[in-house]
Amino acid sequence: MKELIGILLGAIFIENFVLVKFLGICPFLGVSKKLGTALGMSGAVVFVNTLSSAVTWLVNEYLLKPYELEYLQTLAFILVIAALVQFVEIVLKKMLPPLYKSLGIYLPLITTNCAVLGSALLNMEREYTLFQSSVFGFAAGLGFTLALVIFSGVRERLETCDIPESFKGMPIALVAASLVSITFMGFAGLVVK
Amino acid sequence: MAEKMKPIKALTNGFIKENPTLRLLLGMCPSLAITTLAQNAIGMGLAATFVLIGSNVVISSIRKIIPDKVRIPVFVTVIAGFVTIVQMLMAAYLPELNKQLGIYIPLIVVNCIIIARAEMFAVKNGPWLSALDGLGMGIGFTGAIFIIGSVRELLGQGTWMGMKVTVDWFDPATIMIMAPGGFLVMGVLIALVNKLSKGKKKDAEAEHQGCAMGCPGCEKVNAS
Repeated sequence: MKELIGILLGAIFIENFVLVKFLGICPFLGVSKKLGTALGMSGAVVFVNTLSSAVTWLVNEYLLKPYELEYLQTLAFILVIAALVQFVEIVLKKMLPPLYKSLGIYLPLITTNCAVLGSALLNMEREYTLFQSSVFGFAAGLGFTLALVIFSGVRERLETCDIPESFKGMPIALVAASLVSITFMGFAGLVVK
Repeated sequence: MAEKMKPIKALTNGFIKENPTLRLLLGMCPSLAITTLAQNAIGMGLAATFVLIGSNVVISSIRKIIPDKVRIPVFVTVIAGFVTIVQMLMAAYLPELNKQLGIYIPLIVVNCIIIARAEMFAVKNGPWLSALDGLGMGIGFTGAIFIIGSVRELLGQGTWMGMKVTVDWFDPATIMIMAPGGFLVMGVLIALVNKLSKGKKKDAEAEHQGCAMGCPGCEKVNAS
């Protein structure tokens, strides 16, 4: 149990995917202009990341390992993730139209979100079990959510600020991200035993 | 891109005018994550350039037979193939660099630059032009992350390419090689490029407004 809490807190705070590990920067900068879109994107990421962590683990254990095809991990994982995203989209559309309505437009973007492939690969690197992988995927998604929500709040404020011409748009967002990232460095000393 | 493109223009486009990192704002993750050392930046840049050229050539050669609906999975498969080649070559010949770059090598698969060039250029042009475009974009990417890496290494460690270059009384600011430094250097550098190319920036930026990244599907989010 303690181990799981360690994974959970570690992935959310200590090695936050976006602000410490630089995974998923594209959506972090791209859809963080408004709190609403940020929440929608994060919801989709948490959902898909948890699923894909579990599925890629199964693919690796029962498909790649027995045939010694581990060198195809990257290729296999990205295809699995792409297919999974498509599958989730179809299922949601049929079974849960309200959820599809709120997450639908973000789903196609997730295939190219490096947080998803990143957590699949990190799971393999750290040799987590199936359950640990799923928890890690879920926690990584939560960490992404936390970063995105905090940052969208910062950016909504930035909109009304008087910013030098050449810093408008992306540059000032990056500088703001740097400050948000500094706050997360405070968690670096946190050790969960 | 209906008009015929001059080969030289296809090549030089990526250097400055459409620099993938600093102007099109593509592929931010690796640009931030591995630029703690100038050396790493070169390694990552070359790896990405190789993948870019390879995938651009292959995709533009088969562009006529790819059904439009499944083009993204096809692109991703081609790119993943080249990334696997790079991964194996690196593990065999450059184990040290491979260790440094870690999971960011396989993550080249989801680097927006590569998929965006496939979508924006390779599907509309022949293999020869696409190869040049890949090379140009690769050089632009490598150059940009090399600059970021140099700045961060210099300020964060007081070295450049592993050599000590600063005077003794300069105390390196470790924060520059940590996460916040990456965001900061990148932001200032983009602002600088904007400043220098004032007036001309409109067209490049208009294309990616809202979602700075040219990742496929972004338009959908922005449209809604």
